[in-house]
Amino acid sequence: MPILEVNNLEVRFPMREGELIAIRDISFSIDRGERLGIVGESGAGKSVAAFAILRLVGRPGYISGGQILFEGNDLASLSPEQLRQFRGNQITMIFQDPMMTLNPVLTIGTQMIECLQTHKGMRRREARELAVEKLRSVAIPSPEARINQYPHELSGGMRQRVVIAIALLTDPEIIIADEPTTALDVTIQAEIMELLLELCEKHQVALILITHDLGVVSEITQRAIVMYAGRIVEEGPTRSIIEQARHPYTQGLINALPERTRPGQRLNQIPGSMPTLMQIPPGCAFHPRCEHVTDVCRTQVPDYTRFDHSRVACHWVAVQEQTSV
Amino acid sequence: MENSNSDHKAKLLEIRDLYKAFPLSSGLLEQLQFKKGRLVRNRESVKAINGVSLDIYPGDALCVVGESGCGKSTIARVVTGLLRPTSGSIVFDNERIDHLPPKQQLPYRRRMQMIFQNPYASLNPRMTVRQTLEEPVRFHNPGIANGAVKEKVEEVMASVGVDPGWSNRFPHEFSGGQRQRISIARALTVDPEVIVADEPISALDVSIQAQVLNLLMEAREERSLTYLFITHDLSVVEHFGSRVAVMYLGAICELADTATLFGTPRHPYTQALLSAIPRLKLDRPAHIKLKGEIPTPIDLPKGCLFQTRCLYADERCRQERPDLKKLNSGARVACHGVEENRIE
Repeated sequence: MPILEVNNLEVRFPMREGELIAIRDISFSIDRGERLGIVGESGAGKSVAAFAILRLVGRPGYISGGQILFEGNDLASLSPEQLRQFRGNQITMIFQDPMMTLNPVLTIGTQMIECLQTHKGMRRREARELAVEKLRSVAIPSPEARINQYPHELSGGMRQRVVIAIALLTDPEIIIADEPTTALDVTIQAEIMELLLELCEKHQVALILITHDLGVVSEITQRAIVMYAGRIVEEGPTRSIIEQARHPYTQGLINALPERTRPGQRLNQIPGSMPTLMQIPPGCAFHPRCEHVTDVCRTQVPDYTRFDHSRVACHWVAVQEQTSV
Repeated sequence: MENSNSDHKAKLLEIRDLYKAFPLSSGLLEQLQFKKGRLVRNRESVKAINGVSLDIYPGDALCVVGESGCGKSTIARVVTGLLRPTSGSIVFDNERIDHLPPKQQLPYRRRMQMIFQNPYASLNPRMTVRQTLEEPVRFHNPGIANGAVKEKVEEVMASVGVDPGWSNRFPHEFSGGQRQRISIARALTVDPEVIVADEPISALDVSIQAQVLNLLMEAREERSLTYLFITHDLSVVEHFGSRVAVMYLGAICELADTATLFGTPRHPYTQALLSAIPRLKLDRPAHIKLKGEIPTPIDLPKGCLFQTRCLYADERCRQERPDLKKLNSGARVACHGVEENRIE
């Protein structure tokens, strides 16, 4: 029984030149305690998809279709007051840059206590105790002292730990983490990722991890979604996506990594670059860069070919599948 | 620092005992403070580079890696003459260049070009691609004929995979990957011998990173370039570099051939760094956790710069700063523990 189910989600941005469809036909679900990765390059729409789940898409963008079902409630159609029961409470978010997330003029204690007072109706003293406890659980040394400090007094890694502590404050069911370690150094990134993994397992929190880093996806998630030009092109168990990707784009992305080629050899590159949302090619959006392109790819948007635990939007995969049956 | 295994080759670039500090308090009034009833002058500075020596040989692709704030970009900027070192020297082709007046540095600047990280910031938005690429050719070759400039620009554009027919366009009309190709083209127009590249692919997407890295490797072969490549991305280093220098707090802690460094990392910091790279295969060694955090470069730790986070630090490490010592493998490691065989 999935805890969150997203059906045919679509987000549009009205522009002078007409409406821009940032994401289309986004459907996926996540189970309690599951860790799902959403991978893609910049402009693929992965952050828009994550923001849309919590209705955080900035104006003039809006959700133009689809459902976001959380415990039977459609988050897409709730009133702002009703939405607040879920957003920041049962579904929380971790953003890329902790300096942008934390309010620079409030101590971290104030920010944490405020959150508990709003969502849990706690008294100040009670909230403070819980905040200290959560800071300790993310391995912040001397949390009683740290809680009175301002964000600028902490290092980047510490700040991201505070953000994780805040995301965990209300005992959420789902944490959406948008590139949570991209702004950090590798050694700190590894520590933060390990912490996040450990806490999600311990509290049975579902994690939706948005990232461009396939290595991180490989180490953290159980299932992965690959996005290209606003659409899901492949979904499946993380191991099978990494080891036997089906979609030519996923294959290209993985094979382009330096660790897939012998040192000093030419890397496998995908020609061209991702189209902007204003100029998405007709048919399969990937067709101008695809080595398996055929006529049908240029005109028809591919449907999903389904496998046991995965699905792929690609005409070439569909044809291969038909001929092998 | 002698270099026995490559002494027969002439060094192209030598960095000798380089220090660079950026003063924090600018004016005299800001520096004055009362301490214990007395007026003292307190000069603080960020010690970005603390005694770095490196030799670069023709054809090398020397990668400098480290985390943010370790001084790797400062090295690039000092080497190219964008910053003056506090002390130490830069020797290019047997000529000391760091203390030359700007006019006399010019010929060396032509032979040593830089590529920057962010192609959105390093290209002038109000100049067309043609103007951007022609400027260095004309500047470094005064009196050159118009036809020769045009020819050079077109040749370089074609070689980096940007259609010369687009030369009248402005940078905003290009994607990030295309822009980085143009910055590479700009560096190549004056036929440099050394390219100093400061995180040239960090701002790009994975599929574009591969394209640009391939381009840099092709240029290396075709134009017999030498690279000083600054990056934080170790998987790129493993692929691209011939030698690697790992930096921590403005000093080199390990310097080795790429295969040696990735095969048998010796310095505890190198080991921790390598263990932290997220990999596709799930067979990487367990992540080595370091204690604490990087100390501020304003107030460097006494003794070994890494001792505050090292799992093996002892009394000697806390007192005495280690020098780079050569091991049997050819690697150079600045660590008392490795020298004393305390660390595997």
